Amino acid sequence: MFLLLVPALAVIVTLLLVPLLWLAWQSVYHDGFTLENYRRILSEDVYWHSFLQTFRIAFIVTAATILLGYPVAYVAASLPRRWSIVVLAMVVLPFWTSVLVRAYAWLILLQRTGIINSILKSLGLIDTPLILVNNEFGTVIATVHILLPFMVLPLYATMQKIPAELTMAGASLGGTPAHVFLRVFLPLSLPGIIAGSVLVFVLTLGFYITPELLGGGRTFMVSMLVSRNVELYNEWGAASSISVVLLACVFAIFWAASRLIPVERLMGMR
Amino acid sequence: MRYQHSKVTLAVACAGATLMATSAFAEQITFISQGGAYQEAQTKAILDPVAEKLGITINQDSSPDAWPVIKTQGATGKPVWDVVDTPTKDCIRGGEQGLIEKLDFSKIPNAEKMPEKYKTPYSAAYEFYSSVLAYNKSKFGDNPPQSWADFWDVKKFPGTRALRNHPLATLEAALLADGVAPDKIYPIDVDRAFKKLEEIKPHITVWWTSGGQSAQLLSDGEVDMEMAWNGRVSAVQKEGGDVGFTFNQGFLQNTSLCILKNAPNLETAIKFVNEALAPEIQANLPLEIDYGPGNPEAFKTGKIPAERAAELPSSPDNAAKQVLISTEWWSSAEGEAVQKRWAEFIQKP
Repeated sequence: MFLLLVPALAVIVTLLLVPLLWLAWQSVYHDGFTLENYRRILSEDVYWHSFLQTFRIAFIVTAATILLGYPVAYVAASLPRRWSIVVLAMVVLPFWTSVLVRAYAWLILLQRTGIINSILKSLGLIDTPLILVNNEFGTVIATVHILLPFMVLPLYATMQKIPAELTMAGASLGGTPAHVFLRVFLPLSLPGIIAGSVLVFVLTLGFYITPELLGGGRTFMVSMLVSRNVELYNEWGAASSISVVLLACVFAIFWAASRLIPVERLMGMR
Repeated sequence: MRYQHSKVTLAVACAGATLMATSAFAEQITFISQGGAYQEAQTKAILDPVAEKLGITINQDSSPDAWPVIKTQGATGKPVWDVVDTPTKDCIRGGEQGLIEKLDFSKIPNAEKMPEKYKTPYSAAYEFYSSVLAYNKSKFGDNPPQSWADFWDVKKFPGTRALRNHPLATLEAALLADGVAPDKIYPIDVDRAFKKLEEIKPHITVWWTSGGQSAQLLSDGEVDMEMAWNGRVSAVQKEGGDVGFTFNQGFLQNTSLCILKNAPNLETAIKFVNEALAPEIQANLPLEIDYGPGNPEAFKTGKIPAERAAELPSSPDNAAKQVLISTEWWSSAEGEAVQKRWAEFIQKP
């Protein structure tokens, strides 16, 4: 039986685990053991600012996907199956378009000479174009768009399993719709929120193309720091130490989340 | 960029195997450039004619960033590559670290008439491009910005602006805008340059990272003026974009040819470098792509029409208006420190 696992395991070990460990090793070993790369991360402001900005963006994106995704998942879960599939298809469809294409699409919509500014201008609502992109704002919008399915799908999976009888019971006991939602439905959907949040948050931490294209050079996320360090120091270690720190952050987030809900649930296995 | 490292390594390994198998029969070299349209253009303009003339085989490979491979091959002591077309900086630091051969210019007579500043002990200029001031024609009409002082003058030239998200050439532009004479730029007064950059920073809409991005900004009218590479601007012009640029106060940059230390085909490599720099051969390059020849003698061959020469970064008239980027300064400790300071400058709100 376990033989069936061997091919997949071999791929993961040779293509993921070995390079990862090799890179991690490089970050502490360069002509002898050294913590120089980590000293740099701790002492230079650049790193601190980048990590701060990256976590801030991840936080905003997560909050925005909850606000936008929760109602969608709610509707999808309460509709008859036929219609819920239509709603979910609309959520997932953009998912099959390349991230690069979607970044450029947002550029066409949001830039100074873009569609949104042209419409607002022709309606006489603004005189000077709004600065919607080439900053953190544009980056956040495009990232939310890309990651929305990762929030909606776990939410939907959780909500779908909440028995309708429970909310009915709440109503029959005299609870107002708002009260029933807040006391019965919301707490039961919490595991979905946590699972979706962890996914979105962690994925945002590694975003590269979107901030590179829509950030206007000001949005300097950790992944960009990694590529900058390859160029600047010509050494794998200087770059891999950053990803080791980021990876440690991700593990910490997973650990914290697993204290709230079981890991198998986080992975969508239940 | 276009090639993954593993792929390059594999190609290098294959080239090495081929080399061992056939070196007994004909003279050949392994030549590395940067791939893409640029490598295709020079194959037609330079590599094929040279191969034919010398009766050698040129095995080509591409590496957008040759430096890590130069380092790795040097470490083994038995390099596979012979000649590399790469930023001059790689040749210089390679030479200092014993990875690049010192060139015996007595064996490279074609480089004799090249200006001294186009050569280093380890390299000779191969082709030129330029960082220029480009602008939206319809926005500025008959009075477009013509200097970096104009670029910095947000009152006289209102509009959105972009600069490259990199200190090279950007610091030089700041100094010119601040009134430093072109021949007094190096060594760069780093503090003065950053102070001047702080001035323009609030007016910069985008700090661009890729050449494609700079072209998009210009052709969509997203920025009214920017620093961009001349080839990118002329590509926008060819697609019908209403944009212009000036070579005035442009920054001339080049890649160079250099030879790996202990190259497997050292003698042939030197013959190749000499022939690739021949004026007649060099004059072919601008007929294929918007880059200027590394050897200015090419302009005297009569092969390059006058109107074409006027479009090229390294034609004598245009070169005279520009500043040659000092690779030596940028590879110095000071230059490296500036690249670290740059990220702080960009991040600071």
